[in-house]
Amino acid sequence: MSLLNLHLKVWRQNRGQPGHFQDIEAKDIPDHASFLEMMDIVNERLIQAGQEPVAFDHDCREGICGMCSMQINGIPHGPEKATTTCQLHMRKFRTGDTIWIEPFRATAFPVIKDLMVDRGAFDRIQQAGGFVTVRTGAAPDANAILIGKEVADAAMDAAACIGCGACVAACKNASAMLFVSAKAGQLNSLPQGQPEKDRRTLAMVRQMDKEGFGNCTNQYECEASCPKEISVRWITKLNRDYAAAAMKEAFVGRQESSDGGE
Amino acid sequence: MKILSMSAVLDSLSRFYASSIGKKILVALTGAALVLFVLGHMIGNLLVFAGPEAINEYGHMLQTALHGGGVWIARLGLLAAVAIHIIATIQLTRQNRAARNDAYGQHKAQVSSKASHTMIWSGLTLLAFIVYHLLHFTVRAGNGFNGAAYKTELHGETVHNVYKMVIDGFSWAPASLFYIIAMVLLYSHLSHGVSSLFQTLGLTTHRTAPVFKALGHAYATLILVGNCSIPVAIWLFGYGR
Repeated sequence: MSLLNLHLKVWRQNRGQPGHFQDIEAKDIPDHASFLEMMDIVNERLIQAGQEPVAFDHDCREGICGMCSMQINGIPHGPEKATTTCQLHMRKFRTGDTIWIEPFRATAFPVIKDLMVDRGAFDRIQQAGGFVTVRTGAAPDANAILIGKEVADAAMDAAACIGCGACVAACKNASAMLFVSAKAGQLNSLPQGQPEKDRRTLAMVRQMDKEGFGNCTNQYECEASCPKEISVRWITKLNRDYAAAAMKEAFVGRQESSDGGE
Repeated sequence: MKILSMSAVLDSLSRFYASSIGKKILVALTGAALVLFVLGHMIGNLLVFAGPEAINEYGHMLQTALHGGGVWIARLGLLAAVAIHIIATIQLTRQNRAARNDAYGQHKAQVSSKASHTMIWSGLTLLAFIVYHLLHFTVRAGNGFNGAAYKTELHGETVHNVYKMVIDGFSWAPASLFYIIAMVLLYSHLSHGVSSLFQTLGLTTHRTAPVFKALGHAYATLILVGNCSIPVAIWLFGYGR
């Protein structure tokens, strides 16, 4: 084990107030610490010195909950591919390095404090259509609906999205298309998702627009930064599904008006 | 009832345009039309290397197609495509800027090209170029191209001497230079735009993504080389002078 001396530039901000970068010298950081453990050490020292610790989001610390965030040296979750901040280790840095630590920046993700942002916009998009409606009662038989292996695998790939918001943070437009496309695409791929496919697609995209995320310009920074390596082909599918749903809505309308009305 | 359905359709369509993906699909569709136009335009222009007769006849054919209506159908169609393409992208860009108010101290692009980051600027410069280009050869303002010196006889008819306009137009260094700069920007714009439109229209797959990307670069290069060959041949190598 060796110890690292690092220069941190950490974003400090209180909700609704302008923020600034604080220079923090992080000395004697063990290189086998995770990035969050490094932050814990820094915070302990701040507390001992009578200063306010840096607020940051974290929960499972094993790369599956999607709670940790942080833009590290300009990249969400830091420079390692397919790695969340909690799984990033300090051995990836060299002693003497300067590390920029910022919150995920997007108008739709307002800063709560320091490095913590409110990702409630993602929840509201999910509530708009990221579900299948099921009857209550006994659980249906496991294999009552046949699903092709390829379809199940693809849906599982989309379901790997942990909703961390790295895609929004990486995008120059703060677009949420990778998240929304993974969540909509997962259900739109499966037979259980078919009955509500059009309604879901329209509702989720409209909520996404309403939350103030930017628009996709097909640069695929989201895919490069995604800790779960969600493919931008889900965005292709969302574009396709949305176009079909919007055209059906415009020219076909609701089912019952086709034989009633006039 | 009919009016009601009509307004329901219009409501849905205006909702489609108001949405992020709806606008992007319109940008992609108009982009596709312009991409195809650029190729046809280039092939026609390259007739300048086939001699005065060939390009003058081509120009005459364009102006007289459908009793002179063809050229106006094309012009209005292109104008609509350009207008939709630009208005929608400006609206999208403004939304994109608003989506991140506080800039990052550090923000690294890992995979995206310079061209993809400068689409709005390459696009708006091209708009300025298109205005200049139309004044140059279509309206023929500020030059003598409307005069009798630029008319010629072809199969017993008096037609525009397109060949002489092109040769004289590109003999002036600043014009040639501006055309070449504009074509480099068009190369940049197409190198991102062509493959991008397949993605926005929902057509890209895992298999075709690298194909579309390579195709986009090849197409952009083809247009760059083809279009630049004309000012380069005339201005630098004295073709036709």
